[in-house]
Amino acid sequence: MAQQGLSWDLLADLQLLLQFHFMQNALLVGTLVAILAGAIGYFVVLRGQSFATHMLSQVGFPGAAAGVLVHTSPVLGLIVFCVAGALGIGWTGRSVDAGRRGESAAVGSILAFSLALGLLFFRLYAGSAQGIYGFLFGTILGITDSDVLLTAATTVVGLAVIAVIGRPLLFASVDPDAAEARGVRVRAISIAFLILVALSVAETVQVIGTLLIFALLVTPAAAAQRLTARPGLGLALTIALSVLFMWSGLAIAYFSLYPVGFFVTSLAFATYLAIRLFRAASRDHHRPAMETAT
Amino acid sequence: MIPLALQPFTPNLIDDARQILGYDFMQNAVLAGTFTALAAGLVGYYVVLRNEVFTSDALGHVAFTGGLGALLAGLQLLLGVFASTIAVAVGMGTLGGRARGRDVAIGTIFAWVLGVGVLFLSLYTSTRSGSGGGTAGVSILFGSILGLQQAQAAITAAAAVITTLGLFAIARPLLFISVDPDVAAARGVPTALVTVLFLILLGATVAEAVQAVGALLIFGLMVTPAAIAQRLTTRPFMGLLLSGALAIAFVWAGLALAFYVAYPASFFITALAFGTYLATMIFGRVAALRGALA
Repeated sequence: MAQQGLSWDLLADLQLLLQFHFMQNALLVGTLVAILAGAIGYFVVLRGQSFATHMLSQVGFPGAAAGVLVHTSPVLGLIVFCVAGALGIGWTGRSVDAGRRGESAAVGSILAFSLALGLLFFRLYAGSAQGIYGFLFGTILGITDSDVLLTAATTVVGLAVIAVIGRPLLFASVDPDAAEARGVRVRAISIAFLILVALSVAETVQVIGTLLIFALLVTPAAAAQRLTARPGLGLALTIALSVLFMWSGLAIAYFSLYPVGFFVTSLAFATYLAIRLFRAASRDHHRPAMETAT
Repeated sequence: MIPLALQPFTPNLIDDARQILGYDFMQNAVLAGTFTALAAGLVGYYVVLRNEVFTSDALGHVAFTGGLGALLAGLQLLLGVFASTIAVAVGMGTLGGRARGRDVAIGTIFAWVLGVGVLFLSLYTSTRSGSGGGTAGVSILFGSILGLQQAQAAITAAAAVITTLGLFAIARPLLFISVDPDVAAARGVPTALVTVLFLILLGATVAEAVQAVGALLIFGLMVTPAAIAQRLTTRPFMGLLLSGALAIAFVWAGLALAFYVAYPASFFITALAFGTYLATMIFGRVAALRGALA
């Protein structure tokens, strides 16, 4: 590929970035994914469901492989497996978290099995190592036009549902008992939200992979919630950070030819670290005598 | 040394075993696999008991990055895996209670660690010729027990034996600390020392298990057998031995299956463990239901 290097002329850089169809698709899907991931991620962190998110992404891995195996879109396989996983979590009715002994052993066993199943599907397909890496760590290559359409459709649906249930969801997340007393159907909303998480995870996996989705679904929200307690502002900031990580990650990956997953996770980690250090420093400044317990 | 023809599976198990062990690569796999499984089953029992399931998950991620980092630096893969897992295990342990329950921070850090691993993988496959199109990464992630060299198998087995002996040495005080840390400390058990020793053993076990089932599937060997054992018996040392025995049984059966059916051994090991776990759970439910009805 006749690729020119990066220059100070940002417009020319942008033209370079957009000259290939695969990159247009990657940027389009990346943007859609980041918007939905940011919106969902805000509530994921608020509700303390980052672990369920981690779990859904690994359950999605064999889905992607199965999609490849039966020659349909891997995104479709991801969506089916992730939604099934979400319904499974919702059906057990308990909140999945890493804190309880019996549960974390059960969850760990399911995760290992589902990753192994994904490996088996890839071997059955006789796929190359690169195929596996793409779904584990993301890729900017090979996003087809139909993937773009599917992603656009799920993003629109996801955002529409968030717009409808956003207010009761916020209420139910912050104070479930009071919400229940006021007539909010907390259980129905939490299952609906899990399905949204599943959709968002399924989309996100195709760009940054099963193992790295934390960087888009959890870290931006965690960073935003350290900066502001106001829900509207926090939500907007989360989406902005998520889109920013995605765009910069894709752009750097394109110019450097190294994997997009590395750049997105590094940006997310650096931002999160900077915000924590900044908050800790400013707290020290205001209350020098107190210990910075978090 | 390759026997002339591969005989199909027969009901005569002794002949089958002789046939399987006639191959060098199977001898290596059985040697490394047996002792690794023993260490993983025993250490895993304490992992489940102490609710440190997700510490071992995180260590698996570290092993991936550490192993590839070592390859990139021109060192032995095993060296990188052992050094990184033990260092991080001890680091996490000495940070101690501070790290507990902060899944957002931990998730962000380990997503980044994996991201760095992906970069290493990409650098390694692009700078070293003859690295096999990136299969080094897949074998760290999903295990390569059938591809072990004799020296690797011997080192892994020796490390596993040392780990097992180490665990037996601290088994009793460790059990005391895990069940009731306050009383143990009051009785004069050196809590901090035993904990650090356990973490070193945990790091070493993860490094060994990465050889057998891979960084992503270590749950199948470290957590699932222990979870089954804890469902079957509440007597601690009985459970400990049962966990080790189950892990060995899964590895043997998985290796035998992989010998006759050309799919990944780590898939069979994980699937057998998961199937047994599921069966124990269903059996337990049914027994409880019968008890309630009678």
